[in-house]
Amino acid sequence: MIAAIGGFVALLLHAALMLAVAPMLVGLVRWLKARLMGRRGPPLMQPWRDLMRLLRKRPILAIHASPVTLAAPYVALAATLLAVLLVPSFAGGMTLSALSDLVLIAGLVAVGRAALALAGFDAGNGFGGMGASRELAFAAFAEPALLLCILSLAILAGTTALDGIAAIFREGQVGLRVSLLFAALALVAVALAENARIPVDNPATHLELTMVHEAMILEASGRHLALWEMQAALKLLLWLSLLLAVFVPFGMAPAGSGPLLWLKGLALWLGKLGLLAFALAAFESAISKMRVFRVPEFLGGALLLALLAAALLFVSTGLA
Amino acid sequence: MVGMGMGAALASAALAALGLLTAAWVLAVGGFGPVALPFGPPWGAMSLALDPLSGWFLLVLGAAGLPAALFAAASGLSRAQALLLPPFLLSMALVLLAADTVTLLLGFEAMSLLSWGIIAAGGHRRAARLYLGFATVSGVALLGMVAALAPSGFGFDAIRAAPPEGLRATLLLGLVLLGAGSKAGLVPLHPWLPVAHPAAPTALSALMSAAMVKIALYVLLRVTVDLAGPAQPAWWGVPFLVLGAVTALWGAIRANLEADMKAVLACSTLENVGLLAIALGLCLMFRGSDLRPLAALALSALLLHALVHACFKTLLFLGAGAVATLAGTRDPDRLGGLIHRMPWVAGLMGIAAASAAALPPFAGFSSEWLLLQSLLQSWRLAEMSFQLLGAAALAAAGMAAALAAAAMLRLAGTVFLGRPRTPRAAGAGEATGLMRLALLLPGGFLVLLSVLAGPALLLAGGAVRQLLGPVAQPPASGLTLLLPDGAALLSPVAVILVLALLLGLGFLAMRHLSPEAPATGPAWDCGFGPAPAHLPFGDVLTQPSAAGAAQPLRRMLGGVPMAVAERHDAATPGSPAPARLRLAMRDRAFPALIGPLTRLRRTLAREAERLRDLPLRGFVALSLLTLVALLALLAVLERLP
Repeated sequence: MIAAIGGFVALLLHAALMLAVAPMLVGLVRWLKARLMGRRGPPLMQPWRDLMRLLRKRPILAIHASPVTLAAPYVALAATLLAVLLVPSFAGGMTLSALSDLVLIAGLVAVGRAALALAGFDAGNGFGGMGASRELAFAAFAEPALLLCILSLAILAGTTALDGIAAIFREGQVGLRVSLLFAALALVAVALAENARIPVDNPATHLELTMVHEAMILEASGRHLALWEMQAALKLLLWLSLLLAVFVPFGMAPAGSGPLLWLKGLALWLGKLGLLAFALAAFESAISKMRVFRVPEFLGGALLLALLAAALLFVSTGLA
Repeated sequence: MVGMGMGAALASAALAALGLLTAAWVLAVGGFGPVALPFGPPWGAMSLALDPLSGWFLLVLGAAGLPAALFAAASGLSRAQALLLPPFLLSMALVLLAADTVTLLLGFEAMSLLSWGIIAAGGHRRAARLYLGFATVSGVALLGMVAALAPSGFGFDAIRAAPPEGLRATLLLGLVLLGAGSKAGLVPLHPWLPVAHPAAPTALSALMSAAMVKIALYVLLRVTVDLAGPAQPAWWGVPFLVLGAVTALWGAIRANLEADMKAVLACSTLENVGLLAIALGLCLMFRGSDLRPLAALALSALLLHALVHACFKTLLFLGAGAVATLAGTRDPDRLGGLIHRMPWVAGLMGIAAASAAALPPFAGFSSEWLLLQSLLQSWRLAEMSFQLLGAAALAAAGMAAALAAAAMLRLAGTVFLGRPRTPRAAGAGEATGLMRLALLLPGGFLVLLSVLAGPALLLAGGAVRQLLGPVAQPPASGLTLLLPDGAALLSPVAVILVLALLLGLGFLAMRHLSPEAPATGPAWDCGFGPAPAHLPFGDVLTQPSAAGAAQPLRRMLGGVPMAVAERHDAATPGSPAPARLRLAMRDRAFPALIGPLTRLRRTLAREAERLRDLPLRGFVALSLLTLVALLALLAVLERLP
């Protein structure tokens, strides 16, 4: 009973934390990138201020927009939020942890992508449809790579539930493995593609020929744009926190632990997230965006790495 | 006044409803054993039986047949086609009810012939000829299958008592793959399917895509898992796994390249057949490796996905038919913005497309989740070659699922969203009366299956136990889907509830934080500005066409299944001529499979022409040689044990 209440409290705190941190994470990455490029950079809270400003504005809909444009940001945000609630941050064993299946999380990410693509088509202009078709084409390469990463994790942990995987990896029973390194690299590549980061897409661009993610939300304004921005921020947080939960779950409070362990887990999680944000900013500053039709090679490389990870595991489990 | 066509369609609807009721009765209570009919071939009477496996596929048939027949009654068929509809349904039911190989073959061939008749009666000569060619190959192979099983007997019970072994079993596998596999559309025997399925009238396209391929899968399942006995080796699953993975990818990529709505849907059927074949292959591999609970998992994935696919594919085809009837065309380049004119059709098509795209919490996600989970368990197979095949099939299935989502979103986006591309699309009507009912039925089935995937699996439990023994259980417990050793869990109800809660909270928060009502204005479109007054729906050319929305995937993957020739003529600067993009695509299987056959026929015809000019003594020598050869063959056959 107490464990159930603890799990529920942890879930509520986790939800509040995620909603608060997501825009700040975007702000942090922008600030770090600016510093790395020798600029002063916007303050950390700038994305939150932008969201508040957008909420005050009246949304403008294109004349031919259908109810899909109205509903899509809510659907995408709800699906992404559910996925975020399934990925543990400072504590394991939250109320929804039984649902935290990695295939379901992949499906929820796909729901967000589908809502975004539908909004792009509904705008009825050239950019929306172009962005949607490119985004969906990237997903065709990212999804199999993600599934193969899940396969490697499932072989090592015996389950596809994220909470269980994090718990087993935290115990350190698995140890360091080459296959885990390959799977981590593949998952990072998938995360970059899913979040429209460099080298797949540039989150700061509005150049007509190259934009993918921005092209689909070109017609969104007011609270709809705010919802889309929040969804994108939550998605970035989702992927970073997924990487943390799988590959560096150390310090996460186990199920049924109290506030003291949560605080320790929170401090460690924030530190790890900061490091990951720095790595992302450094990587994005060091590399340039690739052509759209080079992306399949990038994600195909991730697919091969993930397949190699699984194959190595077959060999090692076969010998054991 | 009820015309003859309408009467036939309504009779078919009654038949399908009867099938549904029978299926429900069989699954709830249990069927009946073989009943001998008072007629049949000289070596034994024909017989019928209804076991849980037949019952499940009867459910699939009924779920597709009832809406399709209602749609046929609503939209009208030509008289010949309407009269062929009830026997077509009955022939499919006969395959399911058959309790001996002869009845099975009879039903299968009747089904082939009747569906060919329907296509031919519509005047689609090329499609009909192509289909007839493949149906003949399939029929001959199935006849061979009956012959390969004949030493064991003709009745299913007799075959189960003495299942084929060794070389005969391998021959059986090859023949049933050729015979039923070509009807299901497994690569490389698929080229007829994307041509023939869209050629039939909508209601029958729906039946062919949603039900007829399932009948072929039923035959594959019945022969390989049931009749061939539990002792078959694990490698029996390998051809299904490999062909299934290739078919799934092939169909999914093609679905992203086609423009015609019904062609996209037919290619999506190929993809789903591939996924089902993967599940069948996994089931055989797990069973051959003594992993019964995992075999039950793969089999449950197959059964659930067969039912879910039947529902969403019926709805998608009927919706495409409604669009064709009410907006005048199936070409997305002449449609657009239909959600404003036909919200019912758009909404129901949305449910079906989300299922086809395997988006949670819709029904398609539950069944594909089971399939992906059974692939994620494939590493438990002991042999490393099997494990690697499983990993490759997992990547193929994941890619196919993402590509299917892309195809469905492109279809929905170009047809229902955006701006109308022609005045005809802007003036389209809404589906009413019987047509709306025909669309609502599969939509209702899909909503039910989204919530009740667990109970549906429990209903399929009889078929699972029948094929894999009493210890095998479907991976469900109450409303949740649960893997055998608790390795993974999916609760569709919980996902639906939490998503609804989060959606509600989001709406409330936004109403509180940002109460301003939205205003409408011309699209921003990166500053292109509003269209001139003589273009009431904006400039048509600034919206992506079906081919335009397919361009990224065509460049990235299009060359795999299709030979794509893309020619772009940019207009010279200053000339008023428009720039043109010419696209020609052809399935690679055509030149690879049909090309050699055509050349062979030509060579044979030339040789036959030469025979005609032989002198008299040549003819006499030819007859004599034939006689001697036949006698020699007889002598050899006599000496065989």
